[in-house]
Amino acid sequence: MSVATGDRRRERIDALAERAGQVPEGEGGVSLTRSAIRRLRRDPVAIIGAVIVVVFLVVAAFAPLLAPRDPLAQTLLGQVRQGFIPGAQDGFPLGVDQLGRDVLSRLIYGSRQSLVIGVVSTVLGSIVGMALGTLAGAFGGWVDTVVMRFVDILLSIPGLLMAISVSVLLGRNQYALLIAIAVTQVPVFARLLRGSMLAQRDSDYAVAAKALGVKRSRIVFGHVLPNSLSPVIVQGTLSLATAIIEAAALSFLGLGDPDISRPEWGAMLANAQSVLSIRPELAIYPALCIIVVALGFTLLGESLREALDPKFRR
Amino acid sequence: MLRFIVRRLLQLIPILLGLSFLLFSWLRLLPGGPAQAALGERATPEDIERYNQVFGLDQPVYVQYLKFLGRALQLDFGNSSRTGRPVTTEFLERFPGTIELTVFAMVFAIGLGIPLGYLAARRHGSWIDSSSVIASLLGVAVPVFFLAYMLRVVFAVNLGWLPGSGRQSVRIDATHITGFYVLDGVLTREWDAALDALTHLVLPGIALGTIPLAIIVRITRAAVLDVVNEDYVRTANAKGLSTSTVRSRHIVRNALLPVSTTIGLQTGLLLSGAVLTETVFAFGGVGSALKDAIDLRDYAILQGFILILAVVYVLVNLLVDVSYGLLDPRVRVR
Repeated sequence: MSVATGDRRRERIDALAERAGQVPEGEGGVSLTRSAIRRLRRDPVAIIGAVIVVVFLVVAAFAPLLAPRDPLAQTLLGQVRQGFIPGAQDGFPLGVDQLGRDVLSRLIYGSRQSLVIGVVSTVLGSIVGMALGTLAGAFGGWVDTVVMRFVDILLSIPGLLMAISVSVLLGRNQYALLIAIAVTQVPVFARLLRGSMLAQRDSDYAVAAKALGVKRSRIVFGHVLPNSLSPVIVQGTLSLATAIIEAAALSFLGLGDPDISRPEWGAMLANAQSVLSIRPELAIYPALCIIVVALGFTLLGESLREALDPKFRR
Repeated sequence: MLRFIVRRLLQLIPILLGLSFLLFSWLRLLPGGPAQAALGERATPEDIERYNQVFGLDQPVYVQYLKFLGRALQLDFGNSSRTGRPVTTEFLERFPGTIELTVFAMVFAIGLGIPLGYLAARRHGSWIDSSSVIASLLGVAVPVFFLAYMLRVVFAVNLGWLPGSGRQSVRIDATHITGFYVLDGVLTREWDAALDALTHLVLPGIALGTIPLAIIVRITRAAVLDVVNEDYVRTANAKGLSTSTVRSRHIVRNALLPVSTTIGLQTGLLLSGAVLTETVFAFGGVGSALKDAIDLRDYAILQGFILILAVVYVLVNLLVDVSYGLLDPRVRVR
């Protein structure tokens, strides 16, 4: 029996988890992955999302080659005066910030930080969440009860407040940010995987394996877990978007990475606040980057969900 | 129904205990522990030792936790290290502002979101539909504080149409009875004060309401699309009921079930999560106080506020569940 708080949210997670592994009618011969890829290739939303994500990855990977200048060099500091920041000019297509640094180069380098934050915190959050979910889903009984109560407590704290408490606790450093965001993602992954595994545990192949005398660890890791992963993959893609937005929020609250040698979109956005009435572009550019990348991951995630969801198979 | 509510209330107990334990340990895990938190960063080791003795921090942890729990039940969360005033007082002073802002934001989000979502579903596949889907995806991707920046710069700083900071203009000398500034103005019949407080809500309210708006549009659209294809709608149409009757009695009423849940969840989130928007607008509610507490490392405020806000969030969620039970009889029997 579930607990009162956030019931609806949990039900949604559970419903998604349950639907994930069902075998669709009339598609028995095609593997889930293959039919998902086939449908993704026909879906314009998925293609737009994928293009955005690929461009973002390429920019992040080749930042030193793509950036026209050193993102830290205060080249045009001499032109910055009280109430004036030089705009776009030759060699500086997007102008400079209040410290005379090239904005375009900073945006290009900033993609690396966003990628690192998004990927590391999501991987961290999903690993811990999946470990908890596997524990609960594989053992059931009192282990399930204890683990899920703990997850419910984590779910009962609003995400941003949770992230604030964790990063205040860990002090201001680059790892605090990653861990803070990861912690907010743990309960979702745990609940999702547990629900998905519970649905798989009673499936025919799991029962058959059990009847054959296969060891429990092999059933769990060899059969149930791999078949329960699709909602986790979807959630992971969507989490990349929330992680990037949340990192920006924490930067804005003064809980971001204190190392200024790593340009970051959230910090750029936060720093632009003081010069907003002079050069609003300094906020608009990093915000656009965040919005586009977050949108890219969201679109990809949503179309993955439809592609992997048997209910939508046709 | 009563049994349903009682069962839900009982299920709250382990959650609240767990929450209180988490935040209790949080303060103790901080460098310097609670003594440092209460005395501030400049406390000497002797100060800290004296504090630990006076407040029983040299006792076993479970004794400390039980005492913490006892005090928390009496709403005593210690004093702010900045102002020296009780955390609860500080909270109660600021919470009405946040509630006002949340109400405004939700009225904005619901008032616009449900009609838009309905329209998008009824014109399924049209340009209205696709643009509402795109807009609602965008609404979730925009960092709230960026939206708040932009609204403030455009409408408050550049155009000067609306106030861009605070809850009321300084020139207004209003009497405050409840702490809800708009309500106070109405109660005391100081209409200009009420109107002034209301205009202060517009920009932060819109910024705060955007994410709920985007979500409500999506959920309403999906719910209406689900309901329209139900047998009972076809039956109602076949019976020859007028379009407006089918719409109000059969489509909207059933589609609003999932929407009401979303509204409740979002309200809970806004009450606890207005930190970013309130900070941009220097609003003076709970959210901007949290930001100040982060900057000044006012741990007592952080611990107390986060605990209270989490409890508020849990209680709002409980209300959502109960109201869902009222709206949908099927939920109760489970």
